[in-house]
This record gives sequence, C-alpha cells and structure tokens, in this order.
Amino acid sequence: MSVLVELDGCTKVYRIGSFGSKRLTAVRDVAFGLDAGEVVSLIGESGSGKSTIGRLILRLSPLTAGSIRFMGEDVSTFKGRSLREYHRHAQGVFQDPFSSYNPIYKADRVFKLIKDTYFPAVGAREWAHKVGDALDAVSLDPAQVLHRYPHQLSGGQLQRLLVARALLLDIDFLVADEIISMLDASTRIDVLNLLGDLKARGLGILFITHDLSLGNYISDRTVILRRGVIVEMGETEKVFGDPRHAYTRMLLAAVPQLRHKWSADGDGRTVAAALEGDGIGSALVEIERGHLVRLEEGA
Amino acid sequence: MSLAVDDLQVYYRTLRGDVRAVDGVTFDIADGEIMGLAGESGCGKSSLGNSLVYLTGRMKYVGGTVDLDGTKLPIWDFEAMNEHRFRHISVIPQYAMSALNPTRKIGAMTADLVGSRGVPYKHVAGEFIRRLELVGLSKDVLGMYPIELSGGMKQRAVMVVSTLLDPSLLIADEITSALDVSTQKAVAEMLVEFRDRGFVKSMVVITHDISILYQVADTILVMYAGHLVEKAPADVIIGAPSHPYTRLLISSLPEVGVRYTERRLHGIPGTPPPLLAPPEGCRFRDRCPLASAKCVKRPPFRELEPGHHVACWEVGG
Repeated sequence: MSVLVELDGCTKVYRIGSFGSKRLTAVRDVAFGLDAGEVVSLIGESGSGKSTIGRLILRLSPLTAGSIRFMGEDVSTFKGRSLREYHRHAQGVFQDPFSSYNPIYKADRVFKLIKDTYFPAVGAREWAHKVGDALDAVSLDPAQVLHRYPHQLSGGQLQRLLVARALLLDIDFLVADEIISMLDASTRIDVLNLLGDLKARGLGILFITHDLSLGNYISDRTVILRRGVIVEMGETEKVFGDPRHAYTRMLLAAVPQLRHKWSADGDGRTVAAALEGDGIGSALVEIERGHLVRLEEGA
Repeated sequence: MSLAVDDLQVYYRTLRGDVRAVDGVTFDIADGEIMGLAGESGCGKSSLGNSLVYLTGRMKYVGGTVDLDGTKLPIWDFEAMNEHRFRHISVIPQYAMSALNPTRKIGAMTADLVGSRGVPYKHVAGEFIRRLELVGLSKDVLGMYPIELSGGMKQRAVMVVSTLLDPSLLIADEITSALDVSTQKAVAEMLVEFRDRGFVKSMVVITHDISILYQVADTILVMYAGHLVEKAPADVIIGAPSHPYTRLLISSLPEVGVRYTERRLHGIPGTPPPLLAPPEGCRFRDRCPLASAKCVKRPPFRELEPGHHVACWEVGG
C-alpha cells in the first residue's frame, strides 16, 4: 500500500473577533498519513478541529503552517488547473445533505455540473453510462433519483447522490465529514457500509465523526483529537481495545452503549484529569508499533 | 398512574390536507417512570411530546384524551392549559439552548417565569440556587446572560428552570443530541437524579438515540410513522424486542466493539410512508419481512406480557 495523503506539522490559526484582532488555533502540529484502500477515522468532540483538518486537506481553507502531501505532491502549491486536477482525485462529502443542494434545481444537476467542469468532451451517451455506474456503486435506482428535486428525496438518498457525484471523478481520496449524523438509524448503516465498499475499490477515506461506535465500526486506524491536538492514534483495535490516554478512556466510558450501562460509580477522577491541561509541550510517543499516545503531564 | 393517553390524534394542517403525525396513540406512564420515546425523524415522537404541553399553530387536536394524575388535560385549549403548563407538566424543548431569552439574565428571566404562574420569586430563589449547584452551576449564573454560558451549561440551566415548580410530568425532547459525549452523559444522568430526588415524578425522554435511552429509561416506547410500535422495559426492547421494526432497528445499530470487517450490519430497506394520506393498516408493512394479508388491517397495540405492548399481527400468536 502506498501513502496517499500525508500531513506533517499542520497548524491552522483562524483570525476571529473584530478585524481579526484575535487568534484561534484550531489545529496544532497535526501529523498523520493515510494509505490507499484505508479508512482512517478522525474522532473528536466539537471544537476539536476535526472538520478543519478535512477542509485543509481539500484546500477549502489555507494552511497556516506545515505541509499536506497528496501522492507525494505538496497540496498548497496547486493553483488553477492543477487545483482542479487535484479535486478530480480528492473530494469531500459533508454533514448536511439538505443544504448541499440548490433546492430549485433537480438533484441530479450536480452531475451535470461535474460534466461541464471536468468532462466537457465526453459524449452524452457515454456520460449517461458513467452516471448509471456511479449510481449503481452507491445502490441507488436511477429511476428513483434522477429528475427529482432535493425535497423529494430522503436524506440517505441525497447523501448517496453526493458520494456518486464524487465517484464520477474517479477519485482516490474522499473526506467524509459527519456524513451520517443527519441520517436515520435505519438507513445510516447502509451509507456506512457504502464507505466499506469504496474502500474495497481502493479509495482512501478520511472518516470524520464524533461518534466512537461508528468510527470503530468502519475504520482501520483511528486518530483521536482534542482541542486541535492529536492525543492518541493507532490501529482501531488498539485505540479502542487498549486506550492509553486518559481522554480516550474518558470518551469510551462516556459513550452510551446498547448493552452496557454506564458504570454506576463513574470515572469522575479520570474525567477531571483528562480535562485538565491541554497537552501542549508533551510529545506523541510511540508506545508500540503504530500506536502513538501523547504523554500526560506529570505522568 | 401518572399519565394516561387514550387514542390521541393530533394532525398538522397543511394546504394539501392533514398530516397524521400522531394517529391513535394509547399508553400509560406509571408514577416515577422514565419512559423513553424513540423513533426516526418524522415518526411523530416530538409531535406527541409537544401535543401534551402545547399545540402550536399548525397542530390540530382531532380526538382522544390525556389524563395527568386523574385530571383530564384540556390540551385542545391553549388558554386553559396555562393552568397546568410548567406547574404540572413541563417541557425541555428541542434546542433548549435557544429557548432562553437572550436579552434577560438567567435570574431575572426565571423570576418572570415563576411570577407568571403567581409564585413570588423569593419563595423559590433558595431552591433554585440549590438546584443549580446540584447540576454544577454556581449562583453566579443568575447574573449572566445566556450568551455567557456554554451549550452544556445552558442545557443544565434550562433543566433546572423547567422543573422548578416540581411538575408531575417532564417532557425532555432531544436534550442530549447537540452535546458532546462527556456532557451528554452528565445531562442524561441528571435526568435520573431529578427523578430520584422527586423534582419531577415521571418523565418522557424523547430521542432518536436508543443507546442513551438504554442508560436512563425504565421503559422504551417505539413509534413509527405516527403509530405506536412497541412499549416494554428498556432491557426487553434492547435484548428481546418483538416487533419486526424494533428488531431490525436494534440490529442495525453499530456498537463499540462491532467491526465492519467482522460483522456487517444492515439497514432497513425502503422509507417510511408519507403521513399525508398514509396507507391503511400497519404502516411498516411495505418494509416488513413478516408482512401478510392480515396487515392491511391496523394491528391493535396489545399487551403480550405484563408491561410489554406490541402492535403486530404476526407476533405473540
């Protein structure tokens, strides 16, 4: 397997307040890699910088420091044609399918936009064939979704259409940012399985979520973020099976599970310990092969 | 019996006809019971919760009765419900974070609220501060504007305010959905604590997240497309559900520990029927693996075993 995306020392500082008088460091010194055919989940609570990382990789917002390499090339150097070429290989699908569409255009117009921008030379029949294949890959029936308005389709259908749109570009890399948070329980698992199918086709997927059970279900490796800093990362079994950082343990203890009640005595001390300090100054240490943990202060 | 709802029907008026969001719903809640109300979006769970407290403009009372502690609630009459609202039956609305008046300090807003019920603020002020401290808020929040509080703090403040007059029934609508897991746990545990301390007698906790209900609820009621599907103790709903919808729904939920590579979960094919002119009979039958000719008639919500109600022709003989 080859490294598809590689982040090194990525930092993002937003200017907030009036005239950008204040600085907010959303992501600090984040480094991880993602291989082709691999699903990496990026897990964090709100404000942890997980969506920012997705946007940085897709060049939707500029990096403050550090570098992001896609297939060995520095993403920040892409401009104009090379940026468009990059987006042919890397695409994102975001949380709210209902606001990703223009409500007065039929939903499949997103396909036409792709054709106009990226494939102006492709003939109509060949294009229809490609669209059919893409819809097939996301298990949508063309008769049910084409020529419909967004409000006539369910959230799951809209979200799958967006994935199909990304597939039309022959992408190698997909950023899936909370793509199933807005979907109903009975349909969300199918969209999650779809990511598994895409992975089998060799795509690299960055799965951004706040939901630990979803990350655990689908991903090969897991990165836990807190306040813009990686606190723990490694193979999913290791991170979930043998969490070493207090914050990871606290998250796992707090996640509501179906067949285990929250322990009655609680884990009050660990929660408090995990919430103190922000982990700056300590370093990520490899405690076993591929399993990195940020050492707690004083530990 | 704290709450008894009998054949309640609440529709939404639209230009194209009535949307039957709550269509013939019958259930009871015992004293001290925390009932979880679960279902997918658009199944009518929030409409059911809201209709017990206040009917908004587009909601229309069609039929049925609601009894709270033996008193019939005039839910169709907005004015008459003022007598009961907040005092006997209270709600923590969905998006409680935006339920606070942004131009009033928390203390002043609460004084207005209890004042509108004829209770002088000084009678409840001590208890208010005590309860705020119980949920981990200092009395300084009384002098703060809502914008000065974080999401979790606002949620806790709203919980304390809504239950200040010790209502008999509290309706908590999706109160944990917008919170991070650690805050979510604290808020959910607080619900149980409020019941245990007697601040509220019984509760309806509405959420789409069944795993939260398993943590806090005594019983779980599952709704589908405006109908009741199943009600049973939480352990039974999670461990041994009877209705095909509940069974498929529970089996589609990923848990920590289940991996895609080891065990692939499946969703439920199809979509719920439109509630504008819904089909006759069981509303799940188009997606149901057990559906038969009988299902064109609406199945009664019958008691299979004590405390376990199911609306399905195909289960329980």
